[in-house]
Amino acid sequence: MTINTEDRPGAINARPVRHPWRWVAVGVIAIVLAMMVNSFATNPRWDFPFAIQIMQQKSVIQGLWVGTIFGTIGSMVLGVGLGIVIAVMRLSNNPVLRGVAFGYTWFFRAMPRYVLLAILGTGVAFLYPKLSIGLPFGEQIAGLLGIDTSTFTFFSLDWNALSTTIWIGVLGLGLSEAAYMAEIARAGILSVDKGQTEAAQAIGMSPGKTMWRIVLPQAMRVIVPPTGNETIAMVKDTSLLVAIPIITELYFQAYGFGQRSFKIMPGFVAATLWYLIVCSLLMVGQSYLEKYFGRGFGQPSKKAQEKLRKVAADH
Amino acid sequence: MSSQRTGEPLVHAVNVHKSFHGNEVLKGIDLDVWPGEVVVLLGPSGSGKTTFLRCINQLETIDGGRIWVDGDLLGYEDRHGTLHRLTDKKIADQRRDIGMCFQRFNLFPHKTALENITEGPVQVKGQNKDQARARALDLLERVGLKDKPAAYPSQLSGGQQQRVAIARALAMDPKLMLFDEPTSALDPELVGEVLAVMRELAQSGMTMIVVTHEMGFARDVADRVVFMDGGVIVEQGSPDEVIRNPQHARTRSFLQRVLTEHPAA
Ligand SMILES: Nc1ncnc2c1ncn2[C@@H]1O[C@H](COP(=O)(O)OP(=O)(O)OP(=O)(O)O)[C@@H](O)[C@H]1O
Ligand SMILES: [Mg+2]
Repeated sequence: MTINTEDRPGAINARPVRHPWRWVAVGVIAIVLAMMVNSFATNPRWDFPFAIQIMQQKSVIQGLWVGTIFGTIGSMVLGVGLGIVIAVMRLSNNPVLRGVAFGYTWFFRAMPRYVLLAILGTGVAFLYPKLSIGLPFGEQIAGLLGIDTSTFTFFSLDWNALSTTIWIGVLGLGLSEAAYMAEIARAGILSVDKGQTEAAQAIGMSPGKTMWRIVLPQAMRVIVPPTGNETIAMVKDTSLLVAIPIITELYFQAYGFGQRSFKIMPGFVAATLWYLIVCSLLMVGQSYLEKYFGRGFGQPSKKAQEKLRKVAADH
Repeated sequence: MSSQRTGEPLVHAVNVHKSFHGNEVLKGIDLDVWPGEVVVLLGPSGSGKTTFLRCINQLETIDGGRIWVDGDLLGYEDRHGTLHRLTDKKIADQRRDIGMCFQRFNLFPHKTALENITEGPVQVKGQNKDQARARALDLLERVGLKDKPAAYPSQLSGGQQQRVAIARALAMDPKLMLFDEPTSALDPELVGEVLAVMRELAQSGMTMIVVTHEMGFARDVADRVVFMDGGVIVEQGSPDEVIRNPQHARTRSFLQRVLTEHPAA
């Protein structure tokens, strides 16, 4: 059979499918947007110029740096580090370690962050104004022996003085975050093929090194994306620091400034805009990190993804 | 490749028992492997070949019997007639002298071929990095992958990955190499390159226990063929005895099946 070139089909020049409902939707959205912009511009109570001014106040900027940014970084460092330790404990053969890890996760997932921060800031300072580290029951033993009661104290901490600093906020949010990070890290560790551990064991690697050098680096590609989400959530949760109370904090300062000027709404707007800016920057960073850790690999397993969705859902 | 049976056996397994959740998989295995000997383990699926290899490398703990490798009792210390379980650290030390190659290679995917090989010498033996690199390059050349030190496992074919895995095991200077169906996950055209490396290794005098269905390899390379079924050793002997002239009906029906699937070259 011979084929005549004249008869063979050429370039396709067809009409596209029409989408009339898309245009209706675009129209509706345009109208709603126009109404919003109109209200922003004409309702003087919004007062955007004043909101921009509030954003630039020294106290607000300081609240942003100390409360929001340092608070987020500090509590995430603590949360990720402790979370990985708890995940490893949870997966160990030692039933005591497993039990402790389970208890920890249970407690801190059930504990609202606001309440936890209030207890750490006010309650603990009331119970133990001075926290001392030394021989167990050292004060009692020293008392019995009739010597100075601080003999067996190696280190003592003035909790009262510490209780209103950002460090308590970092501690409280970090302890809470560790419970969630532990679940994420556990899903990541379990997603690594068991053959990897066996191959490491077969060359005589110790269990600790196997975890640190072989399993955890591979778990990272499952751990990193949800950790990004956790970080963004943490930025927002630093607004809970007032419970301690810590007042070098973005929301408290912006709200306070607006209130003192009898302009509450611009205070809210100023805080909102800062949160939007910080979180947007983090989202950009997150997408780069995901690409970096995902290199050379396919998707994480279905089971690992499902577990992680569960962790995110019960936040 | 005959070996002199002088001195002590390198592997001395006596009455090895192993169950999983009440299901007895190894029912009293006795096996001695002599230095320099190549033993091929044959047997139908589920007969316990993999389990036995994993017991020798202590990836499984045995329930009964004893295994000695090079005179060391595996997993336990005998103090005045009482056995004391060894610590994880000591068990890891015992594994150093035993190399293992897995059916699915299990290379570390986040490390290059070279890093896979140097990982053990540097991290486990504390060898100097430059020395370990030089040695790893030699080993890569030995397995025919001189030009692939920087490749990640995902960039290598199955046959190449298995050869890197062999080099990774050899880097620890093992006294004994265990192979669990090293070619069964490979495309047929890649089987030969891995078997060639194993042949060369056998010729160099390495003591090897190999689980494989490659009858050509068993016939040419093995000093002894051991046939397992149902968790016991049914018969053993030279390749000629077991493969050409099997004594047991179970061996004969197994060989008939395997030889039609994997005709020996
Ligand atoms: N971790 C485990 N838990 C429970 N049962 C197991 C486990 N490992 C192996 N078994 C069982 O032990 C039996 C022997 O398995 P093994 O893998 O040793 O056989 P094999 O001879 O290597 O078979 P194949 O040729 O299919 O690889 C099988 O019935 C298997 O189901
Ligand atoms: Mg097997």
